[in-house]
Amino acid sequence: MAHVKNHDYHILPPSTKPMLGGIAAFVMFFGAVMWMAKGSPWMFLIGLIAVLYVMWAWWAETIAENKAGDHTPVVRIGLRYGFIMFIMSEVMFFAAWFWAFFKNAIFPMYEYAGTEYVKPEIIAVDAFHLPLINTLLLLLSGCAVTWAHHALVHGNIRKDLVAGLALSVGFGAVFTLFQAYEYYELLVHEGWTFSGEFFYGSFFMATGFHGFHVIVGTIFLTICLIRSMKGDFTPEDHIGFEAAAWYWHFVDVVWLFLFVAVYIWGQSGF
Amino acid sequence: MADAAIHGHEHEDNRDFFTRWFMSTNHKDIGILYLITAALVGFISVALTVYMRLELMEPGVQFMCLDEAGNAAARLISGFGADECAPNGHLWNVMITYHGVLMMFFVVIPALFGGFGNYFMPLQIGAPDMAFPRLNNLSYWMYVCGVALGIASLFAPGGNGQAGSGVGWVLYPPLSTSEAGYSMDLAIFAVHVSGASSILGAINMITTFMNMRTPGMTLFKVPLFAWSIFVTSWLILLSLPVLAGAITMLLTDRNFGTSFFQPGGGGDPILYQHILWFFGHPEVYIIILPGFGIISHIIATFSRKPVFGYLPMVWALIAIGGLGFVVWAHHMYTVGMSLSQQTYFMMATMVIAVPTGVKIFSWIATMWGGSVEFKAPMVWAFGFLFLFTVGGVTGIVLSQAGVDRAYHDTYYVVAHFHYVMSLGAIFAIFAGIYFYFGKMSGRHYPEWAAHLHFWMMFIGANLTFFPQHFLGRQGMPRRYIDYPEAFALWNKVSSYGAFLSFASFIFFIGVIVYSLKWGKRVTENNYWNEYADTLEWTLPCPPPEHTFEILPKQEDWDKGNAH
Repeated sequence: MAHVKNHDYHILPPSTKPMLGGIAAFVMFFGAVMWMAKGSPWMFLIGLIAVLYVMWAWWAETIAENKAGDHTPVVRIGLRYGFIMFIMSEVMFFAAWFWAFFKNAIFPMYEYAGTEYVKPEIIAVDAFHLPLINTLLLLLSGCAVTWAHHALVHGNIRKDLVAGLALSVGFGAVFTLFQAYEYYELLVHEGWTFSGEFFYGSFFMATGFHGFHVIVGTIFLTICLIRSMKGDFTPEDHIGFEAAAWYWHFVDVVWLFLFVAVYIWGQSGF
Repeated sequence: MADAAIHGHEHEDNRDFFTRWFMSTNHKDIGILYLITAALVGFISVALTVYMRLELMEPGVQFMCLDEAGNAAARLISGFGADECAPNGHLWNVMITYHGVLMMFFVVIPALFGGFGNYFMPLQIGAPDMAFPRLNNLSYWMYVCGVALGIASLFAPGGNGQAGSGVGWVLYPPLSTSEAGYSMDLAIFAVHVSGASSILGAINMITTFMNMRTPGMTLFKVPLFAWSIFVTSWLILLSLPVLAGAITMLLTDRNFGTSFFQPGGGGDPILYQHILWFFGHPEVYIIILPGFGIISHIIATFSRKPVFGYLPMVWALIAIGGLGFVVWAHHMYTVGMSLSQQTYFMMATMVIAVPTGVKIFSWIATMWGGSVEFKAPMVWAFGFLFLFTVGGVTGIVLSQAGVDRAYHDTYYVVAHFHYVMSLGAIFAIFAGIYFYFGKMSGRHYPEWAAHLHFWMMFIGANLTFFPQHFLGRQGMPRRYIDYPEAFALWNKVSSYGAFLSFASFIFFIGVIVYSLKWGKRVTENNYWNEYADTLEWTLPCPPPEHTFEILPKQEDWDKGNAH
C-alpha cells in the first residue's frame, strides 16, 4: 500500500523554489533599500532577476503539473478558492490607498482649524477625456476576455478564443500606453510632481499601483494567449485562463472606482 | 483505528536532512520549522526585554549609556550599583521597537498560526496535507526573509547617528518618516515581507479548510482549533494588505517626498494611525484566536468532558473576528476625534466582551462537573484562563474613552496588553507545546519540569505585569528610559519578575532539549484520554511523513459527543 494515493488531492514532491524565493526576496528588498540609501541599484536588480526567475520556474512547473493531470477537479476547486482569496487581499490593499484619497477629499487639511496650509492650485485632469477613453478600453478588454471564455466553454472554438484574448491583451497594452502618456503630460507639461502635495502622491500611488496591476494582468493574459494557441486549455480544465480573467475583471473594477473618485471627484478640486 | 495510522508504519522516511527541512512540502515539517524559528526569534525578543527591565530596575540610567554606546556589554556587568550616566534614549527606543515588532510579526503569529496551525489544522480535518504545499513553504521562507530584514534593520544605521530604528512597533509618523538612516526602510520591508508570508499562509489555510475536510465533516463538525485557524486566516487576509498600503505610504514619504503624513503638504499623521489600527486591532485577535482553539481542546481533554457549547464557541470566534474590524479607533481616543466617534468606538469595543465572555464561561462550564486532571497542559490552560480574564477586564476599563484619558500611554496599557498577549497568547503557546509535544516528537517531557516551568513563568509574569497596573494608575508613562523615585518600588518588583520569567524560558529550552534526547518514548497514539478525540490522536507519535493517504472514516472522528 505504501505511497498509493487514495484521494484526489495534490501532494507535491520537495522543491528548492520556496527557499530560493525567500533568498531572492531578501536580496531584492535589501537591494531596494541600498538603492534608496546609497544610489546603487545593482543588488536590487540581481534580486529582482532572481525573483522573476523563481516566479517563472514555479509557474512553469505548475503548468507542467497541470499537463501531467495533477489538477483533479477537487484541486481545481482549491486553486479557484486560492485565487479568489488572493484577489480579496488585493482589494484590501487598494482600500488603504482609497482611504488616504477619501480622507483628503472629505477632510482636506486646509479646512482644519488653525492650519497654515492653504488650498493648493492643481490643474485638474479632464476626466472625460483620456481617462474616459481608458475606462472604455478596459471595459472592452473585459468584454473580449468574456468572449474568449465563452468561445472556449461553449464549443471550444480555438479561433475565437485566441482572437478574444489577443484583443484583450491589445486593449490592455493601449491602456498602459495612454496612462504613460497621461503621466508624461502631467509631469512634463502640467507642472505636476510626484512629491510635494498630498494629492499628487495619492494620485500617482493609487493610479500607479493600478497601472502596475494592469501590466501584470496583461502579462498574465499574454501567457494565456500563448497557451491557448498551443491548445493547453479545454472547456473543462482552464484554471489558468479563469484566474487571468478574474484578475482582469478585478483590475477593471478598481479602475472604475479610480475613475469615479480620483478622476471625476478629483476634477472638482474638492 | 484509522487505516491511515496503520499504513503509516509501512512508510520509510528516505529524505535526507536538506530535502526534509530546506525543500519541504510537508505541512508537519513546515509547522516544526515555524515553531523552532519563532522560538529563536522569541529568545532574542525576550532578551531585549530583560535588558529593558535591567535599566528600569532602579531610577536613573545605569545601563543604557550614551558615552558607552558601543560598550553595552561591558556596562551589563559594571552597571550594577554604578553611578548614573548620560541616558541613551535612542537605544531604549530601539529596544521597545524591536521587542514589539519581533513579538507581533515574527514570534506569536508564526508560532500559533504558522506552527500549530500548519501542523494540526490539516490533521484535525483529516486532510493529507495543505491545499498548496509548496506555497506553504514559500510562506515559511518569506517569514525567514522577513526575520533577516528585521534583524538587519536592528544593526543598520538609524536615527540619532546610531543603529536601529527607535519609533515604536506602530511606526507612527512623523517619528518614522523623519528617522534618519536606512534602518527604518529595512524595518518597513521586513513587515511587508512578513505580511506577504502571512497572507499566503492565510490563503492556504482557508482553501485547505474549505476544500479538504474529510468526507462527512460538515462545517459545524470541525474541531474548534481548526475553526480558530480558519477565522484567524480571514482576519489576516483582510487586514494585513491594508497595513501594507500604510507602510508603503511611510516608505514613499521617507524616500520620495510624498506628503501622505506631512501636514506641510496637506497630509495628516492621524491618517496613518487610522490605517495602522484598522490592521492593528484585527492583529491582536489574529494573535489570540488560535490560542483560544488550543485551550478549548486542552480543557475538554483534562476535564474528561466534551467542550461546553460547541456551536456558541464557533459563533463567538466568528463574532470576535467580525467585531475586530470595527473597533480600531479605541487605540486613539486622544487624537481629537468627535464625541460621537468616540462613543461609537466605545460601544463597539464593549460589545466584544460578549463573545469573549461566551468563550470564558463555556470553558468554565466545560470544567464544571468534569473530572479535572492537573496535567501540565491543563495547568497552563488554567493560567491562561485566569490571566486572560484579568487582561480582558482591564481591556473593558480601557475601552471607556473617558477613563482612557487618564490611562492613555501609561503603564496600565502596558500591563493590559501584556496580560492578554504575553500571558494570554504565550501561555496558550506553552499549553499547546506541552499538549502536543509527545505527538510532534514522539517523546514525553518530565511532568515535574513542565509544572516547575509553569510556576516560574506564572509567578514571574504576574510579578512583572501586575505592579505595572499600579504604576499606570500612579501616572507613569510608557516608553521612557527613566522615572522619578516615586515609582521605584513597583519597578523593582516588575524587574525581578521579568528576570524570573527569563529564567523560566531558559529552563524551558533545557526541558525541550532534555526531552527530545532523553525523554521517555511515546508508545500510544493517544497518550491523554478518550476526550482528546480529534483526528491527530488516531495517528502514531510522531506521525509518519504522509498522513491520511487513505482518508479517515467518519467513525474515526465523529464521536457525536462534542457537537
